Amino acid sequence: MGRYVARRLLQMIPVFFGTTLLIFLMVYALPGDPVRGLFGDKAGSPQVIASLRREYGLDQPILVQYYEYMKGMLLHADFGTQIASGRPVTDVLGDAFPVTLRLASLAFAIEVVLGISLGIVAGMRAGRLTDNVILVVALLFISVPVFVLGYILKVVFAFQLNWLPPNVNDPSNINELLMPALVLAAASLAYVTRLTRTSIAENLRADYIRTAIAKGLPRRRVVGVHLMRNSLIPVVTYLGIDIGALMGGAVVTEGLFNIKGVGGTIYESIVRREGTTVVGLVTILVIVYLLASLLVDLLYAVLDPRIRYA
Amino acid sequence: MRGAKSAKWVAIAAVVALGATACGGGSGDSGSGDKSAAIDPNGKFSIEVGEPQNPLQPANTMESNGSIVTRALFSTLVDYDKSGKIVMVNADSVDTTDNKTFTVKLKKGWKFHDGTPVTAESYVKAWNWAATPANKQTNSFWFADIKGYSDVAPESGKPKATEMSGLKVVDDSTFTIELTTAIPYFVYKLGYEVFSPLPESFYKDPAAAGKKPIGNGPYKFVSWDNKKQIEVARYDDYQGPNKAKNGGVIFKNYTNLETAYEDLKSGNVDVLRQIAPKDLPVYKTDLGDRGVDMAYSAVQTIAPAFYTKQWKDIDPKVLQGLSMAIDRQTITKTVLQGTREPATGWVAKGVLGYQDSLGSDIFTYNPTKAKQLIKEGGGVPKNAISIQYNADGGHKEWVAAVCNSITKATGVKCTGDSKADFQADLNARDAQEVKSMYRSGWVLDYPFNANFLRDLFGTKSSGNQSGFSNKEVDNLIAQADAAKSQDESMKLYQDLEKKLPNYMPSIPLWYYKVNAGYSENVTGVAYAQDGDPVLTGVQVKKK
Repeated sequence: MGRYVARRLLQMIPVFFGTTLLIFLMVYALPGDPVRGLFGDKAGSPQVIASLRREYGLDQPILVQYYEYMKGMLLHADFGTQIASGRPVTDVLGDAFPVTLRLASLAFAIEVVLGISLGIVAGMRAGRLTDNVILVVALLFISVPVFVLGYILKVVFAFQLNWLPPNVNDPSNINELLMPALVLAAASLAYVTRLTRTSIAENLRADYIRTAIAKGLPRRRVVGVHLMRNSLIPVVTYLGIDIGALMGGAVVTEGLFNIKGVGGTIYESIVRREGTTVVGLVTILVIVYLLASLLVDLLYAVLDPRIRYA
Repeated sequence: MRGAKSAKWVAIAAVVALGATACGGGSGDSGSGDKSAAIDPNGKFSIEVGEPQNPLQPANTMESNGSIVTRALFSTLVDYDKSGKIVMVNADSVDTTDNKTFTVKLKKGWKFHDGTPVTAESYVKAWNWAATPANKQTNSFWFADIKGYSDVAPESGKPKATEMSGLKVVDDSTFTIELTTAIPYFVYKLGYEVFSPLPESFYKDPAAAGKKPIGNGPYKFVSWDNKKQIEVARYDDYQGPNKAKNGGVIFKNYTNLETAYEDLKSGNVDVLRQIAPKDLPVYKTDLGDRGVDMAYSAVQTIAPAFYTKQWKDIDPKVLQGLSMAIDRQTITKTVLQGTREPATGWVAKGVLGYQDSLGSDIFTYNPTKAKQLIKEGGGVPKNAISIQYNADGGHKEWVAAVCNSITKATGVKCTGDSKADFQADLNARDAQEVKSMYRSGWVLDYPFNANFLRDLFGTKSSGNQSGFSNKEVDNLIAQADAAKSQDESMKLYQDLEKKLPNYMPSIPLWYYKVNAGYSENVTGVAYAQDGDPVLTGVQVKKK
């Protein structure tokens, strides 16, 4: 097990360099220049443009820029400086990540609790009315676009019932984050429900369940331990990948509810061609993805004793 | 959303005008009768802005989110009123005999927010600092008119000096500015926040000062919570004519206008600068007389790229014809939902020297004459044009409408040439890669008509991206700049504008309007020429 983890951690290194380099090159390939962009319709003074470009190393060849950036990041934990504001990227990350973490964990909690329980209910009663109702709800969540769902929730809960504030003014207030988290969780929640349901319905007919029932185990133990553990493997796989998606892919939801999280910051930095900020944010997301998938793989062994890592 | 707009200005006298109407009762303005009348002079209000892109250094703020904050914190020598006339703020007088050397006398008793006095040195040192390329101030080119700028910031090579020879401190409250050439309307430029003074403490750590600015303006800085809000409070020792009528301002950070509008309706924010297109059809019914709809000094044009084969030696008649093929009235009313006003010239409203008619019919929709003019001018080369625009600026709809109008009226094929975002659009313009025409917006820098003419159409002007170059226009600009007085210069520029239909450097489409609104908590909200609300004039109602 220990050796397996070590090997997986070592594998992260080439993945880490590969992704960062790719993103660096992609931002570089976009037309437009972050320094020139500061001046808009005006031409700006060539001297100032030149000295800004020199300060941020933009006059260097791209690979030298990448090397310098990586050196700063690995040796000094320095993610570079935002060109327009002159703020260190670590500060920008420090602003955006806590907000996103809060939103993503809330959404993740909703997704796990609601998704798995609905899935179990549907799976246990496969083919009956409950199952069909849950199917329709899940399909609805998947097919309605995020922004439509967001507006519907806003109109109903904020403007008509006045239960919740329409937008987030203070990201540490769970009340305000509830609605965006629900919207963010909606689509994934539906997937989790469907996955759990199929898996449960299938395993319900498996031999070991029949055996468990036959040897007289209480129903709670049959479902809670024997059935659940085996049925959760595909769900856990999906959830692992989804953590990353919830954190980085919430651009629409964030915009809808005025949340200043990672998604919006990445979008803004791409528009401004702030390569360093994009790479810094994405690097952290890449690490989150890698760790989450490692965690998922380790969880397999916990869930299914047949899976072992040498 | 709002892109990096060009520099913006404020009009103080809008406040003065407001002050005049409210003159009788600072204490009890009970005219309107109902309970909403009581004013809390120390009340703070909130306004929607985005996160400033730059540190809050006066010469480093080019986009609108930063400049609205900077203007609250810093006062300049002069400012303007609603009609574009100069008002003295920190300056007691700015005198000149030859439009080349200006003597500035400061008002006595002004202090920075840290208690140090505002002296002639505060100005001269600040300008020299900002002009030095090593300090990387984005707006440093504004000092290029001053003598000695080319030594401080040479086009190439090392700087020969650190101070501009054109700036001289005479005594504590007097200094002189000498320009390289005479500019009759130079005083107008002095109202721009680039020309703000800086306290001595600034130079110790300019980066820190950009996060916690100390100015001489009507508000003092309280806090900046990145991506959340910036708070400023009234500066009680403020000596200027535009003393704040409220206790302070909270600049609340919104990423988009839709959410800001929702918050306005639910009372979480007090003043908006803009309404999102989605809410335009309903905002007047939602807000009643708190919905604002008013012209401001900005113009949208489409400009031919004169460096292309297509437009290189074009007969201006062709462009006149294209201009007459655009049905401005209908497009502004339908596609743009009344948020723009058809243009009648190149200079926008609210600017000194604005003319409501140039005595030319090229702005009226007339398909027959349009066809005829294009024919007389030899036709549009290739009989097809394209209009380049940035897809992230909400331009797609009207570009399509303009194209449609042109094709319908004249049969010239017209397509939109979409660039992914403003950056990509600028890039193509800078590299002179525009294929046919491009859209271009211009928000005033200072309310004098030269800003819309000289700075865009002079062969070497900084805003000239189309490659337009015409000897006669250059001559007329030189003449207007050599005029003896501001008035005369303005008139010469007016004459120039009247002649522009013969040269057609661009096709003006429409003037911008402010579509904004405010909440029930505030009153006295007015908007200046640049489309921003006048913060100092806002009054907060008692709760």
